[in-house]
Amino acid sequence: MTTITMRVNGKDVSAPAEGNTLLVNFLREDLKLTGTHVGCDTSQCGACVVHVNGVAVKSCTMFAEDAAGAEVSTIEGMANADGSLGTIQQAFQDYHGLQCGFCTPGMVMIAADLLRSNPTPSEQEIRDHLEGNICRCTGYHNIVKAIQAASGQDVSAVAAE
Amino acid sequence: MYAFDFVKAASVEEAVSALASGEAQALGGGQTLIPTLKARLADPGTLISLAHIDSLKFVRAGDGMVEIGGGTTHATVAAETAQTYPGLADLAGRIGDPSVRNRGTIGGSLANNDPSACYPAAALGSGATIVTNSREIAADDFFEGMFATSLEEGEIVTAVKFPIPEKSHYEKMAQPASRFPLVAVFVAKFADGVRVAVTGASNDGVFRWAEAEKALSADFSVAAVQELKHSDDDMIADLHGTAAYRAHLIGVMTRRAVAQMV
Amino acid sequence: MPKDSGIGASSKRREDLRFLTGNGKYTDDVNVAGQSHAVFVRSDLAHGRIESIDVTEAEAAPGVLKVFTAKDFEGVGGVPCGWCVTDKHGEPMQEPKHPVLAEGKVRHVGDPYAVVVAETLDQARNAAELIDADITELPAVVNMKDALKDGATKVHDDLTSNLCYDWGFVEENKGAVDEAIRNAHHVTTLELVNNRLIANPMEPRVAVGEYDPWKDEHTLWTTSQNPHVIRLLMGAFVLGIPEHKLRVIAPDVGGGFGTKIFHYAEEAFCTFAAKALKRPVKWTCTRSEAFMSDAHGRDHVSKIELAMDESGKFLALRTDTYANMGAYLSTFAPSVPTWLHGTLMAGNYITPLIYVNVKAVFTNTVPVDAYRGAGRPEATYQLERVVDKAAREMGIDPVELRRRNFINKDQFPYDTPVAVTYDTGDYHATMDKLLEISDRDGFAARKAESAARGKLRGYGVAHYIEACGIAPSNLVGQLGARAGLYESATVRVNATGSISVMTGSHSHGQGHETSFAQVVADMLGIPEEQIDIIHGDTARTPMGMGTYGSRSIAVGGSAMVRATEKIIAKAKKIASHLMEASESDVEFANGQFTVAGTDKSVAWGDVCLAAYVPHNYPLEDIEPGLEETSFYDPANFTYPSGGYCCEVEVDPDTGKVDVVAFSAADDFGNVINPMIVEGQVHGGVAQGIGQAVLENCVYDENGQLLTGSYMDYAMPRAYDVPMFTVDHSCQTPCTHNPLGVKGCGEAGAIGSPPAIVNAVLDALNDFGIDHIDMPLSPQRVWAAMQDAKSGA
Repeated sequence: MTTITMRVNGKDVSAPAEGNTLLVNFLREDLKLTGTHVGCDTSQCGACVVHVNGVAVKSCTMFAEDAAGAEVSTIEGMANADGSLGTIQQAFQDYHGLQCGFCTPGMVMIAADLLRSNPTPSEQEIRDHLEGNICRCTGYHNIVKAIQAASGQDVSAVAAE
Repeated sequence: MYAFDFVKAASVEEAVSALASGEAQALGGGQTLIPTLKARLADPGTLISLAHIDSLKFVRAGDGMVEIGGGTTHATVAAETAQTYPGLADLAGRIGDPSVRNRGTIGGSLANNDPSACYPAAALGSGATIVTNSREIAADDFFEGMFATSLEEGEIVTAVKFPIPEKSHYEKMAQPASRFPLVAVFVAKFADGVRVAVTGASNDGVFRWAEAEKALSADFSVAAVQELKHSDDDMIADLHGTAAYRAHLIGVMTRRAVAQMV
Repeated sequence: MPKDSGIGASSKRREDLRFLTGNGKYTDDVNVAGQSHAVFVRSDLAHGRIESIDVTEAEAAPGVLKVFTAKDFEGVGGVPCGWCVTDKHGEPMQEPKHPVLAEGKVRHVGDPYAVVVAETLDQARNAAELIDADITELPAVVNMKDALKDGATKVHDDLTSNLCYDWGFVEENKGAVDEAIRNAHHVTTLELVNNRLIANPMEPRVAVGEYDPWKDEHTLWTTSQNPHVIRLLMGAFVLGIPEHKLRVIAPDVGGGFGTKIFHYAEEAFCTFAAKALKRPVKWTCTRSEAFMSDAHGRDHVSKIELAMDESGKFLALRTDTYANMGAYLSTFAPSVPTWLHGTLMAGNYITPLIYVNVKAVFTNTVPVDAYRGAGRPEATYQLERVVDKAAREMGIDPVELRRRNFINKDQFPYDTPVAVTYDTGDYHATMDKLLEISDRDGFAARKAESAARGKLRGYGVAHYIEACGIAPSNLVGQLGARAGLYESATVRVNATGSISVMTGSHSHGQGHETSFAQVVADMLGIPEEQIDIIHGDTARTPMGMGTYGSRSIAVGGSAMVRATEKIIAKAKKIASHLMEASESDVEFANGQFTVAGTDKSVAWGDVCLAAYVPHNYPLEDIEPGLEETSFYDPANFTYPSGGYCCEVEVDPDTGKVDVVAFSAADDFGNVINPMIVEGQVHGGVAQGIGQAVLENCVYDENGQLLTGSYMDYAMPRAYDVPMFTVDHSCQTPCTHNPLGVKGCGEAGAIGSPPAIVNAVLDALNDFGIDHIDMPLSPQRVWAAMQDAKSGA
């Protein structure tokens, strides 16, 4: 056991952990931040995506020790300071970009990762950036639309509701 | 996962000496190793994380060469070689998915030599040199079959030197589930000839397609490889593709790569 | 103008707030003080005889509380099957025991034969490796037709064979069907496989069991679509726990798609072990484990024959299907290839004579049960593929052939020859809408444009019938269901006028918390925000049957309407007293009670307060309080229908299929929340694209699962699907439920696979290929083109 310290959603946190503790387990079990989910064990589904030092990573495929000292952002830190939904979150609600909600934290985090480097992505760029995030409910239509809308693009012409 | 000690090496020297002691294993970005550990298919007593060795993270260009530190992530390679070696940047920018590219490293990928990985095609196709803590190895001597390389126990890939070709292109047909290459071909045109490296196809891992290299070196055109067929001997056959299909795709991917370059 | 609240409004989903901020409460987020961790030890053989299991070393390992095997479950029941199908001779199906932990034999890869419970998950996993199990490998039966051969290895030694049942429907019609096919002008024959799928909700299954010895009470948190059904099956049939001592909670559930309907051994285990160990026990499934323990879907092999006259009029249809049950009967497995499949074989067409034969077969594979659409996708796929093939053979446009045989709108209610009555529909209208929104007229230009890029473009249509709203209890009882299929709702009006609605319909992505509130708000004329929908907890909601069979709005919604009607009736009585008016003169609209022809009025809130503070109240006539419950048993299924169109591009060099456009014109009757309905269609279509192009569960001849992770089982990703064009403006309301709703059910997953396959075959028209089995993977499409070129 070593004590691991990192900055999560702007707060310094620390907890003891075994060497084989994954970042996702550290967040969920030690910090009780259960918004980050585990949907697979082969690093494919993306339900566990968080940001480490400003870039998206799969927290199920990174050891907590490797994130020691890092800035980590999770879904719990994505709302505005007053608790209202952030821009991406609000777009997901407005355009029905989620159903069961299980993949949603990862989707919001990967969307934020995309918009940081590409503020007005095309539909294809969005779909490509979602390659490592699987949703079984929405058929992606409304996720793509929500991300376009969150980037300030007009989605009124996008097919259907 | 089995229990193990986790050691964060601060330098290559520290990592090498830690690896020398018993059942330690090096951890790069972990994008292959961590799923393997979760499945309890590996049981290292100690994991030596290379993620904090700053000297392994760099991209330097000069003298017709791009040199990349072994601990450099795919995302960094994609961003920082876009101007100097666009064919390599494009390949790196399509490995795995965005989150994987932010962790996975070039050194880790080459050392693992997955028969369906992308980077081995770039290294072999470019005629790169793999630099380790103890020596330099030509790509032609580095890859020794599926998951096998000429690395010694405890040897760490510290850098890769890529000669920059006049033109290059990587054409990938993704396996529908894993999205690893079902077959992918890296074509690099140098002043003194053309190199064609194929990944995903062979039971022996990445390889050069000599006939295509010869034809393209003589006449760099789609027509030069139009009728060329690769043999299906020793091709991987699985539920995603027969040996014959993979052999066929080698031709298709090669022609498409060339078509992008002429 | 679209409405901004109530029925018909695209109200934003209230549940999104917690999901979008990481505050959803899924079962794996449940941690009970003092909990221990269970790890299931699963067979890596498809079939084997258990000679011995030595747990001595494992039990001595650090942190281990106990290792369980079948001997710990002596006296405990098997995991029950909820539906008994009667075969064509009138005999009940063969029904093997499904023990919680394997007894005597292991019967599929993933069949659990031991469980380690330890203080930590890692300790349990470490100890699991110390179990010394001596299991002798037996030959495995994987292929269904081989399994039925004389002398085949039996999955269950105590059964007479691997045949679960041989079902004929409608058996009395068989002679006439055979004769019509013999004498027809033309018969189109097609053999096809409906590929085996793995449901893969993104949340893996989890169970947490807790036992309070001082109250003798059990609590199970589980990832279920129907907590009451789990309570009933597990309590009554497996563990012998009476309902009042067993609480089942299904909190936020991360997708179900059918595979979370069923009662699983892991749920019974955690409940049982929590009492045995006097410790809470938690089990979280890994994805790799889910691939070999969640019930699979589909896996039918069928031969279809369609007989026609000279004009293409359908005369008779005969189908012969082998349906894989896997190694054990999962909860509703026997009903899927029979009553949920055979009864839909008429589709949208007038086919006077139909005969469906289904042989259900045991194999050494994971149990197969309802998955997204459950039987209806299998029926629609057969029908819409054979109709397309018939159109080619007859030289008739595939849309025209469908139109010639459609049931016309003036023929409803329509009794099919497969025992069901469609209440309403207008198939020409949905077909018209489909051709419009898919721009069929512009296809030739798009095909030419694709050709210029070296791609083969194809246009395919399918028209489907869905059966939602399962089901009239008396009917399903006759058909073998061992449960009623009503739904319940309690509407609890609070003293200040806010409302809690307790429903048996569980929501795991469907948005009930929003759409159900819209219905009640609309009926009462009060803001949606005043209404909360409560579900998923047997201690908080009345006995309900849960969410599956596309039943929530049609059955659960109707129960809620009935309960709300009772509320309104009682509230009117109270209001008439308050206004000193005759009850018959009281009107209720927009949250106000008024007396016709006067200016008297009393607000909703005042009536509610009076009900709970009954100072001025007709106590001699009615009781205080304002809370009503209804149990709604539907009069019939509902029958949504629609036309789907897919456009694909096929890469002739690689065989890769790209779905480039997809249009859906659905008739769902009345719609509560269009935004939610469209989202359900999107998701279903994406799963249909998955089935048609990507997904396939593959076993090798030894019963080893070759597609045991996302590395080999191809899930649809964002770049595998296009933007969808969906329309539900064609509405023929249901005639037998109070909302006139049919539900959107699994329409997307039902209608899309045949549309996609038809489109690919249209693209490959020049090759003369008349069928390729799903999934239309690059390898398969390329191989089909190669075979066609070489004349094979």
